[in-house]
Amino acid sequence: MTTTSLTTGPSWARLPRRHVPVLVTLALLLVMYGIGVSQYRAFSNIQVIFNVFIDNGFLLVVAVGMTFVILTGGIDLSVGSVVAMTAMVSAWLLQSGLPALVVLVIALLIGPTLGFLMGCAIHFFDLQPFIVTLAGMFFARGMCTFISDASIPITDGFWTTMSQYRIGDPRGNFVSISVLIAFAVVLVAAYVLSYTRLGRNVYAIGGNPQSALLMGLPVARTRIAVYTISGLCSAIGGILLSFYTLSGAPLIAVGMELDVIAAVVIGGTVLTGGSGYIFGTVLGVLVLGVIQTLITFDGSLNSWWTKIVIGGLLFAFILFQRLIGIRYK
Amino acid sequence: MNNAKDRYRTILGHRLFWPVAVLVVMLLANTIYRPGFLSIEVNNGHLYGTPIDILRLSAPLILVALGMTLVISTGGIDLSVGSTCAISGAIACLYISQAPDQNNLVTVFTALAMALGVALVLGAWNGVLVSVIGIQPIIATLILMVAGRGLAQLVAEGQIITINSGPFRAIGLGHFLTLPLAIFIALGAALLVAALTRRTALGMIVESVGGNREASRLAGIRSARIVFLVYVVSAACAAVAGFMMTANVSSADGNNTGLWVELDAILAVVIGGTSLAGGRFYLSGSILGALIIQTLTTTVYAMNISPQTALLFKAVVVIAVCLIQAPAFRAKFRRRGRGTPPPATPSPQQQKQEVPA
Repeated sequence: MTTTSLTTGPSWARLPRRHVPVLVTLALLLVMYGIGVSQYRAFSNIQVIFNVFIDNGFLLVVAVGMTFVILTGGIDLSVGSVVAMTAMVSAWLLQSGLPALVVLVIALLIGPTLGFLMGCAIHFFDLQPFIVTLAGMFFARGMCTFISDASIPITDGFWTTMSQYRIGDPRGNFVSISVLIAFAVVLVAAYVLSYTRLGRNVYAIGGNPQSALLMGLPVARTRIAVYTISGLCSAIGGILLSFYTLSGAPLIAVGMELDVIAAVVIGGTVLTGGSGYIFGTVLGVLVLGVIQTLITFDGSLNSWWTKIVIGGLLFAFILFQRLIGIRYK
Repeated sequence: MNNAKDRYRTILGHRLFWPVAVLVVMLLANTIYRPGFLSIEVNNGHLYGTPIDILRLSAPLILVALGMTLVISTGGIDLSVGSTCAISGAIACLYISQAPDQNNLVTVFTALAMALGVALVLGAWNGVLVSVIGIQPIIATLILMVAGRGLAQLVAEGQIITINSGPFRAIGLGHFLTLPLAIFIALGAALLVAALTRRTALGMIVESVGGNREASRLAGIRSARIVFLVYVVSAACAAVAGFMMTANVSSADGNNTGLWVELDAILAVVIGGTSLAGGRFYLSGSILGALIIQTLTTTVYAMNISPQTALLFKAVVVIAVCLIQAPAFRAKFRRRGRGTPPPATPSPQQQKQEVPA
């Protein structure tokens, strides 16, 4: 990667340095898509892109929540388990005959509550986010099997409608409702981060918590808020996942937190906080999705190549962020 | 009277008091629930019984926790140990499975040496990323954690490699002096690490690097080299743990060998009193932590609770232990004295926290 020339070349000189990682991710995505199109004829079908969104909608929503947390310099390991727990709880409540709307509200409340509690523990007792969210991860995963050891199918009418309804053009290309929900979450999150006080506080705390405190910014409120937001996004992700699979399984989304963190980092958000964009995260999720699609299209490569490629990309991006001089603590 | 009170305080204030208390409470609870819990019988010249099982099964975790303790004491973290376990186990099993005579000692030792060598390379990779390139430890090791699972499956070509090798099986299930061999391996590693760190200046150097890397460098310590070294040691420990895990079941599964062991190891280290911020480490505490986690797991199995639900208990233990260790939490329950209170002195409120754990 000839990355250093990007920042020193005269035509790029006016480009803000913080935009560079996102642009590189965009370039990577376009290159990967180009490779796909040139290698496989079916790849240029617009439905391939739609499918990437359909298959990764829930990942996108969860990654948006994680972006908030990572921007403050924290980390949330509990997301995968919370996604599974939300799907599990909704499946279980639906099975016991509660109306869909009530189930939806309850399921959407659990994630933020857990996030709020974790945020409080992190802020008030000065515990490491890593260890607190690890406990949250254990707790949520334990709750899943506590509810049921086996997967619970969902037969509710509302859920099946949401799962099977197709929004598309006459030529047969379509997206699911989940994709629209994911887009809505992305737009709201991007607005909050860029144009609201909360969003700017998130960046300020990620940049330097001490300075943020001395400036009189509400550090406590913001910190707790980001974990609550991450919990809410995980809960929405869990609902989307239950739309997608029409079931709640105790071991679903194991290890998802790693994919999410990888997507956020590939999207150009710096793990020490303070720098990054929701748009980058969207690109990061798309990169993961396109890798998966490419490997599926190839057919001869096995699924484990996905992990190796993601690991390699993570390495390349972190090294790259380092090279262009983004601050690491 | 006063003397007795002082002695009581000293015992209560010892940093290992709470881990030991938790372990004893769990063992007692088990014995009450199932009176035969602590019984050990001699069968075929070997000792059998639940306590022996707990020791044997906790051996891999003890090994991983030893390496993790050193890494954490430098203020880092190593998330890749689980993947390292899987890779080293897969390489050893692959080599043995392709050998003409699987029971040949030379074959087994070559396999172990090869796998250990690869693990050292992986550890060096982590070490270079953290110490030379200066990437945050959590993210540097995350790379190998994600990619390592893929590599392990690549080595095994997505299969579960089963082997039938007596010497290799002995690492996990063999006996020596009536006790399982795994216990001796873990004990040996613990003594080796303890001797190297506590009988030489190395331990103090590691702690000083964890306390302040830059200040240590200015004081003449090669900080980067020490940081590099702890990741290599951690990978080596993980490799041996990987041998045990695969030997226990005589097969290597790239997907599941050592799955989540990094989290258990971090938990063991934290329970043992080593702060995640670095600067101090307690090897004995980490070993106790590993024993506590294994006892918890065994207890949960014995009570017919699903192993996944055991995570609920783990969550409670993690939070309780972290809260007890958190200065901010103690300060809320203690009238501020002059200066900082000694780190391991418990207060009555902590006792209330600890018992349900």
